[in-house]
Amino acid sequence: MSALLLALLWGAAVVQTPEAAPVVVGSKPFGESYVLAEMFAQLLEARGIRVQRRLGLGATEIAFGALRSGAADVYPEYTGTGLLAILGERPAADPAEVYDRVSREFRRRWGMRWLPPLGFENTYAVAVRRGTADSLGLRTLSDLARVGARLRAGLTPDFIGRPDGLPGLQGAYGLRFAGVRALLPAVKYQALAAGEVDVIDGYSTDGFIARYDLVVLRDDRRFFPPYEAAALIGRRLAEHRPDAVAALTELGGRLDVETMRRLNRRLEVDGEPIPRVAREALVELGLLGGTIEPARSASRRQGVWQYMWEQRRTLASLTARHLLLVLISLGAAVAVAVPVGLGLERLPGGAEGVIRGAGVLQTLPGIALLAFMIPLLGIGVAPALVALFLYSLYPILRNTYSGVRDAAPEAVAAGRALGMTPRQILRWVRLPLAAPVIMAGIRTAAVINVGTATLAAFIGAGGLGDPIAAGLALSDSRMILSGALPAALLALLVDGVLGWCERWVRPGGG
Amino acid sequence: MHGHAPLARGDGRVLFLPMSQSRPAALEAVAVAKRFGPVTALDGVSLEIAAGECVALIGESGSGKTTLLRCFNRLTHPDQGQVLVGGADVARGDPVLLRRTIGYVPQEGGLLPHWRVLRNVALVPWLRGEPDGEAKASAALRLVGLEPEAFARRWPRDLSGGQRQRVAVARALALRPEVVLLDEPFGALDAITRADLQSTFLAVRRELGFTAVLVTHDIAEAFLLADRVAVLREGRLEQIDSPERLRTAPGTPYVAELLRRARVA
Repeated sequence: MSALLLALLWGAAVVQTPEAAPVVVGSKPFGESYVLAEMFAQLLEARGIRVQRRLGLGATEIAFGALRSGAADVYPEYTGTGLLAILGERPAADPAEVYDRVSREFRRRWGMRWLPPLGFENTYAVAVRRGTADSLGLRTLSDLARVGARLRAGLTPDFIGRPDGLPGLQGAYGLRFAGVRALLPAVKYQALAAGEVDVIDGYSTDGFIARYDLVVLRDDRRFFPPYEAAALIGRRLAEHRPDAVAALTELGGRLDVETMRRLNRRLEVDGEPIPRVAREALVELGLLGGTIEPARSASRRQGVWQYMWEQRRTLASLTARHLLLVLISLGAAVAVAVPVGLGLERLPGGAEGVIRGAGVLQTLPGIALLAFMIPLLGIGVAPALVALFLYSLYPILRNTYSGVRDAAPEAVAAGRALGMTPRQILRWVRLPLAAPVIMAGIRTAAVINVGTATLAAFIGAGGLGDPIAAGLALSDSRMILSGALPAALLALLVDGVLGWCERWVRPGGG
Repeated sequence: MHGHAPLARGDGRVLFLPMSQSRPAALEAVAVAKRFGPVTALDGVSLEIAAGECVALIGESGSGKTTLLRCFNRLTHPDQGQVLVGGADVARGDPVLLRRTIGYVPQEGGLLPHWRVLRNVALVPWLRGEPDGEAKASAALRLVGLEPEAFARRWPRDLSGGQRQRVAVARALALRPEVVLLDEPFGALDAITRADLQSTFLAVRRELGFTAVLVTHDIAEAFLLADRVAVLREGRLEQIDSPERLRTAPGTPYVAELLRRARVA
């Protein structure tokens, strides 16, 4: 059974990368990372190098894991993140010192290279509404520390946990808040603007800081370490693709903080498509030929339906990819969970333990499960299929076991009394009578699976999670809906088709 | 040739022989004991049932009557003692093959709900790989008063409770077994339907002459259908006798009281 699963995974992986290896460009799931990665990709393509995009990889863990395992070749990273989050070292204040340190350590440990910094820092910023800043006289983080106990903070989970985030800030400034809520980047700004929270963390290059007229508090004690952006490249690229390294090095020192903030605003506030923003940035820098179209449609004002219609080809292929992920993982789960569920009926003592084990898998957060699998399976389709497979096991296993166990006890007893063997009872009585219950479990698993498969985007497996992840990163609800609506329709469709099959397997002619 | 059959002798006189002397009993329990955890279900029960005889097992809930019945086709394995069918120890053979030779009628019919009537009745012929299973099943349906043309293609859920029990009886009889076990076969039916089925059962048994063991909580039914009635109490055999003898000579005060309350004495 596991051989079958591996064969399916292998098949899917081969479909994914049929030819000689292109340069795999990754990014983390936020606007700046997307646009920088897209610039890397277009620059490489302009220099005649084939590229595969794996944008929006979960977070630092997943993007870095992908680079280390060779599943990605390059992604934009920040020196401070490398020092603190990846190397787990203490912050240092001097940008050059940090860059030297991560360059040396990454090369020594993993054979990775930090290309020359792009030219801007994107460090953490702590921001408040202008009204809050004016009424409380806030200009610096030291000012905030005086009044923090009266304010509510909404911080990204990342920031709450990392040493250069909230814990460090509390140590450096003695900062305390009335309350701290974990908020995803996508809702943080709206929550602040709506007065749900008073203080948020952000990035110094955020396009939203201008849009919401926020005040960034000055880091007067130089607590936040330098976060210089640079292309981080993996061992394979560093050692075997000097052409790609040369192309990416062309960007070194070319992007200052104003340029980056402007690009982010075009993405996050104006809702311009990432490829266009990236292309025009490269043209302006003289790294790419071509012209800049003066007229830009105010694309964000477009309705969701019109947007989806324009994106229909992309959405269709994402939907197909999504369906493929669901069908393969669900098929494998059925192939495993139904026989195992039937087998469990023979060992009633151990059955509950096995089923609870599958239930525990179900409670693992999707992203966590995906992160665990990167060292084993890299990124892309394989870990996504395994995760979806694992999530599908429980409902099928549970329903198969209880369906078969509870199927028509009088009929089972009579069959036994008239000389049916246990195997015959299973085959001719329990299984056909349990079929509708098993089918219901498969339907449950399928609907869960369609929803969970949107997480596959975070490990570069594609599917309808791509526009959802990008939309969340860019606070673009239209983009989110363009992935979420087809996913919901797909769930209904899969459930409907399986419902039709259920009638077909129902014993006794319905 | 069965039961207390009249045997013609050379001199023209007819002699009634007790079966135990002519050939081995069709069914025999020898000092059978069975415990379920702390509960003693059977506590050394011995009894012989002659070929062609119908014995009813009666007693209160927990008296061990169903457990005893289930020992005969090895649905229950006794802890001690011996159970013989046709003189052979059931513990020696394959229980599955044994069960395919013994008819069985459970209380709630136990028809397979996803099989049509004819397929249900043809279950045992199919299990034994007999040819003409459907023909035999049709004949069995006729035997219990159900026209195959009208009933063969129907689903169990479309039948009345009485019809379902008739199908269950037909299923037990499809291969004309020598022994049929019935576990409260008519207990869940209303009085009129029950009376119909009881007379069908009597007629079928008269025609086929099989050996029957019948568990029932209805003492009147036991007296109507059985040649002998065995009264069980707390896993022990209190008395086994013909209805007439039980009525006229109850062996213990318990039996006398049981019959008095059932208003059959």
